[in-house]
Amino acid sequence: MLEQLVDGILWDIALVVFFVGIAWRIVDVIRRPGRNDLAEPRSSGISAAIMANIHGFFPRREISPQIRIHVIAGYMFHLGLLMLLFFAAPHVKFIEEHITGFGWTVMPYWVFVLSAIISFAGLILLWIHRLLNPVSQLISKRGDHVASILVFVVMLTGCMALAESSTGLRLFHRFTVELLMIYFPFSALMHAIMFVPSRAYTGALFGRRGVKL
Amino acid sequence: MSTPLERGVEMLKTQVDARVESYFSSCINCGVCAEACLFYTETGDPRYTPIYKTEPLRKVWQNEHTLWGRLSTGLGLSKPMTEKDLSDWEELVYDGCSMCSRCSMVCPVGIDIAYLIRKVKEGLAAAGFVPEGLQTASERALEFGSPMGLTAKSLRAATTALEKEYDIVIPIDVEGAEYLCTLSSSEVVLYSEYIAAISKIFSAAGLTWTLSSKYFEATNTGVQMGDSSLAAQLLERLVEAATELKIKTLISPECGHAYTTIRWDAPNILGRALPFKVVHIMELLEQLRTQGKLKTTCCFDEHLTYHDPCNISRRGGVLEQPRHLLNQVAPNFIEMHENKEMNWCCGGGGGVSSNERAEPLRLKVFNIKKRQLDELNVTTLVTACSNCRSMLEEGLEENDMDVSVVGITEIIADHLA
Repeated sequence: MLEQLVDGILWDIALVVFFVGIAWRIVDVIRRPGRNDLAEPRSSGISAAIMANIHGFFPRREISPQIRIHVIAGYMFHLGLLMLLFFAAPHVKFIEEHITGFGWTVMPYWVFVLSAIISFAGLILLWIHRLLNPVSQLISKRGDHVASILVFVVMLTGCMALAESSTGLRLFHRFTVELLMIYFPFSALMHAIMFVPSRAYTGALFGRRGVKL
Repeated sequence: MSTPLERGVEMLKTQVDARVESYFSSCINCGVCAEACLFYTETGDPRYTPIYKTEPLRKVWQNEHTLWGRLSTGLGLSKPMTEKDLSDWEELVYDGCSMCSRCSMVCPVGIDIAYLIRKVKEGLAAAGFVPEGLQTASERALEFGSPMGLTAKSLRAATTALEKEYDIVIPIDVEGAEYLCTLSSSEVVLYSEYIAAISKIFSAAGLTWTLSSKYFEATNTGVQMGDSSLAAQLLERLVEAATELKIKTLISPECGHAYTTIRWDAPNILGRALPFKVVHIMELLEQLRTQGKLKTTCCFDEHLTYHDPCNISRRGGVLEQPRHLLNQVAPNFIEMHENKEMNWCCGGGGGVSSNERAEPLRLKVFNIKKRQLDELNVTTLVTACSNCRSMLEEGLEENDMDVSVVGITEIIADHLA
């Protein structure tokens, strides 16, 4: 009964909310008033928008020393998470069976463990920084903490379910993933998608003026 | 009749556009922007974190445009905006932000935070939460056409005195001249040597140019205050004066926000392209140099560095021209450690210089510029913005630093071949 719920209807609901929610948020941006820049540009805004999206992955050297924790912990968390998401054996098997119809090489167990450690360490460091740094303390919202906790729980249950020795653990992991998918479009987790138009808008504005972001 | 608070909130609601939506949707509240802001680095006060200064706009966006916000508002759980909120943010935004945009360069998700702060100012201005100094300056700008209250008579008196002193000609209201030179009032009152310098240079280069007695002011208190309607009124006067004189190119003076406003913002504020080209004086001088019309002699021997005005460099894109010009006449020109699009602000942009209340804070954050100058041990500081110049002079005076501040156009004029 529980298995049917988590693997069935709840999964379907989570999928719909996830994709429709994201689409709704994107449409919400596109439909808002926005004017073409009427000032005569110095250079192309389009190429600057693309370059801003690439350059945005590398912190500016002028402030790198001050934001070391953000950069190192941020990359640890995100890269570790991406490795787990796309190369953990159960995930590849799930994607093959339910989405693509084909799979790819999975990472060995020791890489999984390493990725999990790196990702957990990054997430915990970021969260501790959020809790202790006076700037982060002041500007953080409830949603930022909820998102951190939810991602942590999903990763933790994922590790617990890795061996797939217990249906209960697998269902628990899947249930937390479904919660995350439902929460995602309405939370700060949307930054995973919205950073693209955000960097593009700013990159285009500065690029048209001849300034590289 | 709506209350000031209602007017402010309504104005903030109208400010939510596609960019605002994507910016707030991507913000992860990481606080990286704080490290790029001189008001934070020099005070250590987290309230000066740039993204925190956008809270009134974020609150409106959150309550009106997000699922949780709408639910909370519907259930009466969200805290409504209060006059105290606006009053608190008035000080943060007008005193503790020079709109330098350095934060916009470092945000990992690419938020142009200065753009958001400009929109917060629209809400504050609509609610009447504007510092007295800025309010008074804008009233003078509306009445006289100048935030310092200068009139056409003041301009004529100043130019006549300059013509006698330097034996030069300063044309006024010459219809059909190729170039219209605009000025900031401080260039008429404090730094009139700039007007003499352009006269000498343009005469040597054989340009036809003019000032306009109808409207000479390039600065725009509407932009500084965050009042687009006022900004548009002032810009319309400028465009009308330029159109009447049938000029081809408008020259923005050594003033940062004037350049950004006329070159980049004006077409968008007015909703139409301008009927003339707009160039900054540095762009024109560099163009004249490359055309062989501006010939200089060596040398200005002092050890000097260049302070990039934020609105000319970072937000304006005039980055290399001043350097090329300085390299012609100043063999001892050296760069500050952080320069061009990552320069540190003088502390007085965005209307902070017109806001007497902000003076102690402004002088405190000047410490970053002091440290930059101490590293170089220069005797001269060159800039291309009269507002920066005035702020730098005050900061140097406050810190007993023996460094003189000069406008780049004057140096060029003093070294004409």
